[in-house]
Amino acid sequence: MESIYLGIVIAPLAAAIVAGLFGSRIGRAGAHSVTIAGVAISFVLSLVVLKDVVIDGAAVFNGTVYTWAAVGDIRMEIGFLVDHLTALMITVVTFVSLAVHVYTIGYMADDPGYQRFFSYISLFTFAMLMLVMSNNFLQLFFGWEAVGVVSYLLIGFWFKRPTAIFANLKAFLVNRVGDFGFLLGIAAIVLHTGSLDYATAFAGAQLLDAESIEVLSGTQWSVLTLACICLFIGAMGKSAQVPLHVWLPDSMEGPTPISALIHAATMVTAGIFMVARMSPLFEYSEIALSVVLIVGATTAILTGLLGIVQNDIKRVVAYSTLSQLGYMTVALGASAYAAGIFHLMTHAFFKALLFLAAGSVIIGLHHEQDMRRMGGLRRHMPITYWTALIGTLALVGFPGFSGFFSKDALIEAVHASTAFGAGFAYWCVLLGVFVTALYSFRLLFLVFHGEERIDADAKAHLHESPAVVWVPLVALAIPSVLIGWYTIEPLLFGGFFTDSLVVLAEHDVLHEVGEEFEGPAAFVLHAFSASPAIYLALAGAVVAWVLYLLRPELPGRIAQRFAPVHRLLVNKYYFDWFNENVLAGATRGLGRLLWGVGDRAVIDGALVNGSARGVAILALIVRRVQSGYLYHYAFAMVIGLAALIGWLVIRS
Amino acid sequence: MVTVAHYLVLAAVLFSVSVAGIFINRRNVIVLLMCIELMLLAVNFNFIAFSRLLGDTLGQVFVFFILTVAAAEAAIGLAILVVLFRNTRSINVDDMDTLKG
Repeated sequence: MESIYLGIVIAPLAAAIVAGLFGSRIGRAGAHSVTIAGVAISFVLSLVVLKDVVIDGAAVFNGTVYTWAAVGDIRMEIGFLVDHLTALMITVVTFVSLAVHVYTIGYMADDPGYQRFFSYISLFTFAMLMLVMSNNFLQLFFGWEAVGVVSYLLIGFWFKRPTAIFANLKAFLVNRVGDFGFLLGIAAIVLHTGSLDYATAFAGAQLLDAESIEVLSGTQWSVLTLACICLFIGAMGKSAQVPLHVWLPDSMEGPTPISALIHAATMVTAGIFMVARMSPLFEYSEIALSVVLIVGATTAILTGLLGIVQNDIKRVVAYSTLSQLGYMTVALGASAYAAGIFHLMTHAFFKALLFLAAGSVIIGLHHEQDMRRMGGLRRHMPITYWTALIGTLALVGFPGFSGFFSKDALIEAVHASTAFGAGFAYWCVLLGVFVTALYSFRLLFLVFHGEERIDADAKAHLHESPAVVWVPLVALAIPSVLIGWYTIEPLLFGGFFTDSLVVLAEHDVLHEVGEEFEGPAAFVLHAFSASPAIYLALAGAVVAWVLYLLRPELPGRIAQRFAPVHRLLVNKYYFDWFNENVLAGATRGLGRLLWGVGDRAVIDGALVNGSARGVAILALIVRRVQSGYLYHYAFAMVIGLAALIGWLVIRS
Repeated sequence: MVTVAHYLVLAAVLFSVSVAGIFINRRNVIVLLMCIELMLLAVNFNFIAFSRLLGDTLGQVFVFFILTVAAAEAAIGLAILVVLFRNTRSINVDDMDTLKG
């Protein structure tokens, strides 16, 4: 099996290298063939692993492939931990990545950087797989950073656009903030367990909790809590939780396939996966769990609201991703890790679908992204419309669709949770359901229904996208509908994850939810009576229908009426303003201060030029000794000689 | 009876005179050269005096060498002086301060 695991990660890497370094030699067709082949191999092997682990019940593989370095007792290794969680993740990642690869052929058809793009997305897949399959913190960190670097390259793929360069720099810097916390978390764990291995760290979780560390003078923290919060700060960066979410909407500057890849399968799910993977640590720290819960709930509701006022089709989907990531984080915070991962999986399918559908619309309209210049596309792009509709229904949680199961289970789990902040989180996620339905249907109605507001130019060329574009859409639509129905039982209540997720008995909210579970059909029926979520979703859809189809003049009037609120939303709660003016401004001010005082005054002025000036002043005095008159020199010589001889005589 | 001390005193006096000549003289470079010669002669006196006292002729041999070198030095010194005069039209010591810092 070990060679299969290796094959899963190496195939995309090899493809990325071939497409990246020999792109001009193998040509466009060569580049996409080799990368698609690489990811396809990965996907097939992932299926083999999934079958091996899930159906055949193979033992958990936890082994080292290569020792990179050993420093003292700390061994830095490349190794794989393949259990149920990993098997599920690699399958999702490779499947979505494969769909995106195929789709890219159509989307990037006219782009001069075709081979480069394929190389990057393959590399992205490789990085994510390394992250997911890791069995130690070092490799996790490697994958973590590699994902960050490739996302930087991809967001700034159109590097001639200043906005893209700004966006990728922003993504990179914001992620740095998170990574800093992540690194500190890893350091805390390594410091106290002396090993980078998951197994050792997990085994020592309770011991860690008992140890305390002085953070600020006078306050004692449990090492475990501190480490978990630091790790979660890393997850906040990667998984774009408030307040480190600002990079994600801007990442829309990249080409659409990459948005789909970032938002669905790779990068943003890394944080969620990591917290789930670290469940043996998080479980023992109630404070850390509450932090996770509250941050996730805040993200879920705040970013969802922003989606309502956006006009860029991709940005609406991006804010929806943020909001859904908030949901997953809430699940993690409520100790319903399985629900978080379940939502991650269903979300990967329908969000990739939505993004690719948005991309299909963008292709159809020749790179028009403003929803105010769309409308009525249903008639022109039927396949895109139907797949987008499926994606939307899955996202808002239409009964029976995949998103319904994951979201409803998640909400129920939060409802059952007794952790600090669970009540707040419950209301946030409930309201979030309404908001989700509102912005999702707003997008659907503005783009596909209503009157056509398309430019005459674009309309002349408007037609359904080619097969390479709609086949991935259909391929993603199928799991978006079905996967929830078939996997909810094993994933959430059937103990699919066995030992890979650790939940303490007193936190086990999913068990509570599971007691009432009697199959997916019953779960659907149950949802009508037990939870307001489904009615909230319906209400959201109806409100969207009224506002954007029935009375299209209403939204403008509402915006005018509640101008301050509207302004707050349009300005994204002034997070960007705050970052640019306060944080960046303060940093720039500090930099200017250090440059002015430290660099120019002290180093340049006092040390470098100052020493030179000191020598000059000294020389100005000493040069007077050099009169040029022979008799002065002779005098000095004789006096010196006399003094020397005198000293010698006196001494003896 | 003339003892070695007398010679030494004479040599010291000669040496001091020449040193004073170098210090005090501000006019004439030729006088400077003469003072240097005088210094060498003062040193020669010492050599000869000690040579006699210790009965070792090596000191007197040394004096011949010094005299030879002094002669050569005077020749070169005067040659330099001629060239100097040709360039500056002066042999005034006070004028020669081109090495001033």
